[in-house]
Amino acid sequence: MHTYKFSLKKFIYTFVIVLLVWYGFTTFVAPAELITGVIVSLIIAYISVKNFNCCDPILMMPSHIFYFIKYFFVFIGALIKSNFDVARRVLTPNLPINPGIVTFNTKLTNDFAKMVLANSITLTPGTLTIDIIKNKFYIHWIDVTTEDPEQVYKEIAEPFEKILLKIYN
Amino acid sequence: MEIIQEILKYIGLAFIVMGSIFLFLGALGIYRMPDLYNRLQAGTKASTLGAMSVVLGVGFIQPDWLVKLIIIIVFIGIANPLSSHALARASYRAGIKPYFKKEIDAYGKAVEKQLKKIKKKLQNLNE
Repeated sequence: MHTYKFSLKKFIYTFVIVLLVWYGFTTFVAPAELITGVIVSLIIAYISVKNFNCCDPILMMPSHIFYFIKYFFVFIGALIKSNFDVARRVLTPNLPINPGIVTFNTKLTNDFAKMVLANSITLTPGTLTIDIIKNKFYIHWIDVTTEDPEQVYKEIAEPFEKILLKIYN
Repeated sequence: MEIIQEILKYIGLAFIVMGSIFLFLGALGIYRMPDLYNRLQAGTKASTLGAMSVVLGVGFIQPDWLVKLIIIIVFIGIANPLSSHALARASYRAGIKPYFKKEIDAYGKAVEKQLKKIKKKLQNLNE
């Protein structure tokens, strides 16, 4: 077990994000609410800073904004496609599925990036991330076409991972 | 101004209807699929986009709430896939076998390996 060192930088990022969410919900009404927000955010940031792990300062750089926007559109496109995919499968009378669990290796090293990739895979057509062990993703695929990890990688993860690698490496 | 509001209202209603259709299809998927993992597949995707577009539709009808609704949409987008992953992982480890037409299961071996390691560690502790 490693001991945890308190990091002020992480604390401040957590604080700012929690505060922004608070102001998003209250939308700047009364000064009392602003002060309450600051106090509540401080408490929450102090409690959760150990486990909260998303906001490196690199991510805020302007050169990454382009990739974030690109990722967003790729993601929304995949989400809509996956919904039509589900609709097609559900409405076909003989239920065209051939499920199986496949695996592939990721090149990502950052934990948060892995989490984003796993979430994106879950929301893309016909795939569901079951587990990540080190750098191996285990994916339940509703219509398996190939078992070879490299082919799987190409079919499922490549469009997302390309963009994530540019942001995180 | 009133015309714009009226148009926005109809766009919002269209989003809500679309979201409801996706939610209905998701429910149908949960009913028709053969096992837990396939049900999770249908449920997660449909309920994510369905709930998102219903909430967005409310945002078009009531633009004052837009900031709050966007926070809710982001939350749904993060929490839904995470929870389905947790459910799938926990149920595989609890011993619920997936339905296969032809057995393709890369995860089973990995779980066995991990369990063996844990057993070894426990034995070492006992000795």
